Amino acid sequence: MLLIPCPWCGSRDEAEFHYGGQAHVPYPEDPASLDDTQWARYLFFRANPKGPLAERWCHTDGCRRWFNAVRNTATHDILAVYKPGEPRPVIA
Amino acid sequence: MGDTADRRSPLAHTADRFAAATRASGGALRLAELPFLAQVNVRLDPKGPAADAVGLALGMTLPLEPNTVVHGGGLTAVWLGPDEWLVVGPPGSQEGLQEKVRTAIGSEHASVVDVSAQRTTLLVAGRHARDLLAHGCSLDLHPRSLGAGRCAQTTLARAQVVLVPRDAYKPGFWVLVRSSFASYLADWLLDAAAEYTAPKATASAHATSEYAMPQFAETSS
Repeated sequence: MLLIPCPWCGSRDEAEFHYGGQAHVPYPEDPASLDDTQWARYLFFRANPKGPLAERWCHTDGCRRWFNAVRNTATHDILAVYKPGEPRPVIA
Repeated sequence: MGDTADRRSPLAHTADRFAAATRASGGALRLAELPFLAQVNVRLDPKGPAADAVGLALGMTLPLEPNTVVHGGGLTAVWLGPDEWLVVGPPGSQEGLQEKVRTAIGSEHASVVDVSAQRTTLLVAGRHARDLLAHGCSLDLHPRSLGAGRCAQTTLARAQVVLVPRDAYKPGFWVLVRSSFASYLADWLLDAAAEYTAPKATASAHATSEYAMPQFAETSS
């Protein structure tokens, strides 16, 4: 069970959160100009690193706000949490 | 109410069992529903002029720090999010409350919604109140982390609740829970409270039988 630090509410049980996939996936600037391959790549293709990954989480049972977290996918360490709109912090 | 249907609170059918549990605990626990509290959900920019105007109209500042509440003028403002609050007032005051907040906001960008029927309020008080909630809540309920002036949105027995400690000196919480979950949560609370509401005779009989065990060993040897 993870203890996830919500940027607003503080550390809470993982069961209070919902996972929202990879963070910082930009919406295509001109969606109409994409062909099927490019559109599929935007919709379905995500990074799958063994190590730090920036992810979106929602504190569903608490403040119901979305935020971003950098999580090490191998160790489950939460390396940073930050509010939406803020840039991904540099992690050594 | 005249010829309209009677208004029934979500836990009207549980009142007797709450009262019985409260009596049986001998003062260690107090369980009750506080039905029909007025609840108005307010969303606005916390840094904008509307926040100050609403604060002035209600006679209190809206809490800006996460997980805090402000009491004032018979109302309680509960922090629900960085731009969202729940203003709780006495039963029947929702219309006036909305009107007051709407007037204060004027033409600013905001949302004011009457959500009085969304949640009902449970009172869990008494010296075992914290122990009882701890059976189904992962938060630290000690006053040093969840004391008066604070609140928490979390899960109690997997049901989403808002916990509001009521008093600085005596343990006691408001548990705001969605109406559709209220019956389940009431059943869960009464079940979890069994150890504090069990008749004393049963408890001592159990203890006696435990301590009687070594005597059997003595007689057999």
